[in-house]
Amino acid sequence: MTKDEKLFNSGVLTQSRPGAELPPTELWNKKKNGLVIIECPQQIPCNPCYSSCPTGAVLPFNKIIDVPRIDYTKCIGCSLCVATCPGLACFVVDLTYGSEEEALMKLPYEMLPRPEIGEQVNCLNRIGEVVAQGKVVDINEPRKDCTLVVHVVVPNDLVNEIRAVRVVK
Amino acid sequence: MRETELLVVGGGPAGLSAAVEAASHGCEVMVVDSDLALGGQLIKQTHKFFGSESERAGTRGFKIAEILLDELGQLKGKVEVLTNTTAESYYRGDGVVGCMTDEDNYWFVKPKKIVNATGASEKILPFPNNDLPGVYGAGAIQTLMNVYGVVPGKKVLMVGAGNIGLVVSYQLLQAGVDVVGIVEFLPNISGYWVHAAKVRRLGVPVLLKHTITRAIGENKVEGAYIQAVDDNNQLMGEPQKIDCDIICMSVGLSPTVDLLWQAGCKMMYVPELCGYVARRDNQMRTSNADIWAAGDAHGIEEASAAMVEGRIAGLGAAHSLDHVDRVQFGERLGMFWQRLDNLRAGATGEKIRCGVGKCTCQAWEVD
Ligand SMILES: Cc1cc2nc3c(=O)[nH]c(=O)nc-3n(C[C@H](O)[C@H](O)[C@H](O)COP(=O)(O)OP(=O)(O)OC[C@H]3O[C@@H](n4cnc5c(N)ncnc54)[C@H](O)[C@@H]3O)c2cc1C
Repeated sequence: MTKDEKLFNSGVLTQSRPGAELPPTELWNKKKNGLVIIECPQQIPCNPCYSSCPTGAVLPFNKIIDVPRIDYTKCIGCSLCVATCPGLACFVVDLTYGSEEEALMKLPYEMLPRPEIGEQVNCLNRIGEVVAQGKVVDINEPRKDCTLVVHVVVPNDLVNEIRAVRVVK
Repeated sequence: MRETELLVVGGGPAGLSAAVEAASHGCEVMVVDSDLALGGQLIKQTHKFFGSESERAGTRGFKIAEILLDELGQLKGKVEVLTNTTAESYYRGDGVVGCMTDEDNYWFVKPKKIVNATGASEKILPFPNNDLPGVYGAGAIQTLMNVYGVVPGKKVLMVGAGNIGLVVSYQLLQAGVDVVGIVEFLPNISGYWVHAAKVRRLGVPVLLKHTITRAIGENKVEGAYIQAVDDNNQLMGEPQKIDCDIICMSVGLSPTVDLLWQAGCKMMYVPELCGYVARRDNQMRTSNADIWAAGDAHGIEEASAAMVEGRIAGLGAAHSLDHVDRVQFGERLGMFWQRLDNLRAGATGEKIRCGVGKCTCQAWEVD
């Protein structure tokens, strides 16, 4: 097993693959409110990303075990899938937010304590390393089911690394 | 001696679905469950379920239990529920079932038909000192934490990276417990990749091709040794000492089929379904024409499938009691099978498809 295979087999994405791709750069750079990134590369019987999407951006599944496919032109960055996905595998990234060096990430959050607006949080990569500090600018709970969507401002060169936040006590 | 049309043994997702289906056709149903509350495994599941919308995906497990109990509540006149009651024995001569309520109230019921939805029991792993306090099965950890609100310890070593190991690790993190690592014998996690990704990004190491070799401690767990295994599953390298006060085993389940053995159902060892299961026809009926089974008791799978299997078993039982006409029976059976087939499609469902194929016959009449 190569190092990358080992990482992937333990739940860490190491490169794009079907079901875990990045949006097309050109559209992504200018799409206000952001575009979704879904990291769901394994065929599992699950479809709430599709059924929760209000605009049809997550394309219909032929079979329930299909990995998600996205029509980015329809994605409005609403983050309903972020709040719904049982695997916490949906993230919205808005590259148009703030200054040149900033981006906004809308991340799922189900831990305690809850972050507060204005607070600095640790931004974690796919193996839990702290790679940056981010500022929480909004928090909502679209489904009123204890899964929060935390809006956090991060360095824009790290949007492909940051996948979680941790509140620092 | 009490009587009922249909006795449903076990009030988890399979049993509740069977009861709802049967009662909705007018069948008189009695549900017994050993536990103090209905819901089976669901009441411990604080995470959102995967699956399809029609099987309540995206809803937290304990909420799914509430939904099923609501459905059952609407059929109140038809369904009697007895909790803290274990169906302990089946008498083959007359089909009577012996039940124990509390610890001393033993009584009998004579049902016309039975759905066995008794779920599963956990496997445990043999290693030195596995009898120390602090060594738990994942189910016990979940019961402590999610039913009674008791944190089991401070630092957990998780053994097994199937869905249960991964999900319980996540729940431990939510409860503020440190998960020092997950060891997995296989070269890959065997649970869903997204569940692993969820705990990886919170910093939990997953050690593939590793196993626990011993628990350390005098009167309670004070640590553990883990070690790598090679391609022939032999230990290799040096054991590594892990600092932990809890060792949580999540190394699989096996179907609970005691009553089915007692009832003389034709049984079969099916590795893909994780143990002995009853042979069945396409309506979940066993070789004993009065007994159906569904859910994990019919093969370890998932709540989503357990609910559909329960529906099928409840439908079959109601049909055999003339509460459903043939046309409606055929239609609903077809619809439920379509849902099951969907859930079992693709690579992740291959094992189940193969296992179910081994123990399913077209119909008992022609078998
Ligand atoms: C940590 C974890 C996470 C899971 N996550 C998911 C998920 O995300 N999605 C999913 O679809 N599935 C999931 N599952 C699996 C799911 O919970 C089970 O497949 C499902 O609960 C099986 O349903 P069941 O009704 O067959 O059995 P159970 O839920 O086990 O219920 C069996 C019931 O029978 C009772 N019983 C047993 N024997 C007797 C007896 N002799 N007399 C009376 N009562 C008896 C028990 O008390 C119990 O209440 C998860 C399981 C675990 C442990």
